[in-house]
Amino acid sequence: MAGRVGIVAVAQTKFEERKSALHTGELMYDVTRDVMGQTGLEFKSDGTGIDCTTAAGLDLFSGPAGAYMFLGYIVGAYQREDERVLQDGAMAVYYGAMQVLSGHSDTVLLVAYNKESQVSKNQIEWVGMDQIYQRRVGLDFVSAAALQAMRYTTKYGITPEQCAKVVVKSRKNAGDNPFAMCCDSLTVDDVLRSTMLCDPIRVQEAKPVPVDGACAMILACEEKAKKITDKPVWITGLGTCYDHHELGWRDLADCDALTVAAQRAYKMAGIKDALKEFDLAEISEQYSYQELLWSEGLGFCGKGEGGKLIDSGKTQMGGDLPLNPSGGMLSGLPVCVAGMQPVVEAALQLRGQAGARQVPGAKKAVAHGVDGPAGQLQCVITLEN
Amino acid sequence: MAERIAIVGVGQTHHKSKRADVTTAELIAEAVERCLEDAGMQMKDIDHLVGGSFEVADGYHCPDKWIIPELGAVGKSGLEMQNVGTTGGVVAVAGFNLAATGLFDAVLCFAWQKMDEAAGAFGRGGGGANEYWTGQFPMSPITNFARRTYAYMDRSGCTEEHIAMVRVKQDQCAMKNPYAQLRLGLTVEKVMQDVLLAWPIRRLHMCPTTAGAAAFIVCPEAKAKKVTNKPLWVEDWFTCHQGGALTMAEDPTASTLRYACDVVYKRCGITNPKKEIQAWEVYEPASPAELRWIEEVGICEDYTAWKLFEQGKVGIDKEIPFNPSGGVTATNPIGATPVVRLVEAALQVRGDAGEHQVPGTINRALATGYGGQGENVIMLLRKSL
Repeated sequence: MAGRVGIVAVAQTKFEERKSALHTGELMYDVTRDVMGQTGLEFKSDGTGIDCTTAAGLDLFSGPAGAYMFLGYIVGAYQREDERVLQDGAMAVYYGAMQVLSGHSDTVLLVAYNKESQVSKNQIEWVGMDQIYQRRVGLDFVSAAALQAMRYTTKYGITPEQCAKVVVKSRKNAGDNPFAMCCDSLTVDDVLRSTMLCDPIRVQEAKPVPVDGACAMILACEEKAKKITDKPVWITGLGTCYDHHELGWRDLADCDALTVAAQRAYKMAGIKDALKEFDLAEISEQYSYQELLWSEGLGFCGKGEGGKLIDSGKTQMGGDLPLNPSGGMLSGLPVCVAGMQPVVEAALQLRGQAGARQVPGAKKAVAHGVDGPAGQLQCVITLEN
Repeated sequence: MAERIAIVGVGQTHHKSKRADVTTAELIAEAVERCLEDAGMQMKDIDHLVGGSFEVADGYHCPDKWIIPELGAVGKSGLEMQNVGTTGGVVAVAGFNLAATGLFDAVLCFAWQKMDEAAGAFGRGGGGANEYWTGQFPMSPITNFARRTYAYMDRSGCTEEHIAMVRVKQDQCAMKNPYAQLRLGLTVEKVMQDVLLAWPIRRLHMCPTTAGAAAFIVCPEAKAKKVTNKPLWVEDWFTCHQGGALTMAEDPTASTLRYACDVVYKRCGITNPKKEIQAWEVYEPASPAELRWIEEVGICEDYTAWKLFEQGKVGIDKEIPFNPSGGVTATNPIGATPVVRLVEAALQVRGDAGEHQVPGTINRALATGYGGQGENVIMLLRKSL
């Protein structure tokens, strides 16, 4: 392994329901130009500029196969290296860091993009289920999540109020985030009175759909990162893990894959007590129950204690471990971008550039991304300044 | 490079146009099992997986979620990569990068395409094109190569008969490769009488649709030496992207292959590629492409490769052992095709290619992946470092 990996620049669009005026390429242009402008880095044919572009995109969402094809001339990467992760944005950060750790690339431009407004999210996620058993019964990612929510809340006695509190907190935090889409203040009652989406998940407990937007960042090896910026944010730990695809083959009340992914990342970073050592966490919760369940997997509390954690107030702004100061996915992020935005936000926090949502004196943070039905693929990234 | 890396096992399916007897996961498992057996390893010895297919041509959303558990890899780390035609190339490169970090003992890379199940024609027929520019023209790989070949013939003096000679050479090689799909026993006359798709491209000149998969295992040096006494070194790799629009290219016959090879040759100190590389597996989506690729990799002068075919200098046991496996016009499971090239190059260096083994010592072999708009992935293998 060749030294540390530093995040030297980050950018994100404002997240909106429909960016009808912008082509996917223009969406990516805005954020990639932003990070290139911040660092002064360009793509150069003599190899002295950015070495590689790694994009995270989901083809069935983009429409034309490999929307990456625009990316080359959008960023001006003629004849430069170009790779693409067909997963959540956090996996692109994971892989981008590996590209630097391998010693093969010194600088990597990462971009995640999605325009959910162009497609039917449910229909796409339905063809994400295996075609023999689960697709035939009509399961998609929403109904998979509902099954998980039912099993999790029943097994551990998590109350609807505890789940609703997650949404209230997210929307409140989003009020301080100029990039967030939904910052209307909600009460627990508002959430619990909203229409049932897929029992027990209510409309206000699910990520808003559609959302359009993009994120970008530049990673650099230690030596270059120090030259590019005086505020590098270091990636200290990386971990991923797959769970079973067939929902019946795992206990949906637990998130074993996340526990393993977190252990992998924490071991690399030397983290022993997640709740104590991290100053904030940005995690991907498409549904309210997920913040509680993922908190358990990430080791912020014990199994089945996610409800108590939100009740304790520790995860509020000003608490021991503010969870999703940005407002997270529940305040509106497109899938795929949802995994890179936590890293972007965590980096802003660690640089002290998070504005009104800044966690004072933040030194260590954890970012989390998830992909597949009911949290099948988990990715954990730890950061410090 | 943080760690030197080596391939310790390879495997591929017997490629066919239709595989109604297996699911996609079972098809991949055939290649993966052969690969594990070749390495003398089991799934428990693998700690990271990298998979990929050309998703839109498969009709799945994030198929890794279904396939990785089916391969018995629950609990492991994994990535899904995609880059349209060069998907297998970026899968391989991701595996190289991960192994080179030294964080993992053994990385299993696999790629697939089951084109008998989905609308492969969508992907091949311009689904990857920009919807505003090239997508407005009937610009598919067929018309793309018709245009390239016409320009090549115009500049070089090469005739339709010479292109037929290329196709016959490819078939003669495929006839000796038990894994190849099309083994037709062609003659120049037969090729010349074949259906014309877009002059001068005939049906036999274009790559077929294939159901197939290929896999390999790559390890850092220390582990590789424990697993095998014949580690096959990955000397260098490079992904090179043209930037999108076909119409922007100054020379309609050129691709990024020359530039990409120059980068790799320079880094590896190769000054005379014809001598220093003894076997070539270069992705030719259409038979006439092989002419230009032979020139671009540095074997002969521009616009003279057709003369080599006239003189009978290209073939398994000839002066220029180019695509001894029969190449892509014989076998094309799109997403997997670059991995098939790598697997075949590996077999050549190991001396295990059987009837299509290039005679003499193979110290270096070069494999590539190609994508519709001019992307190239270079993978250079070496017997001893």
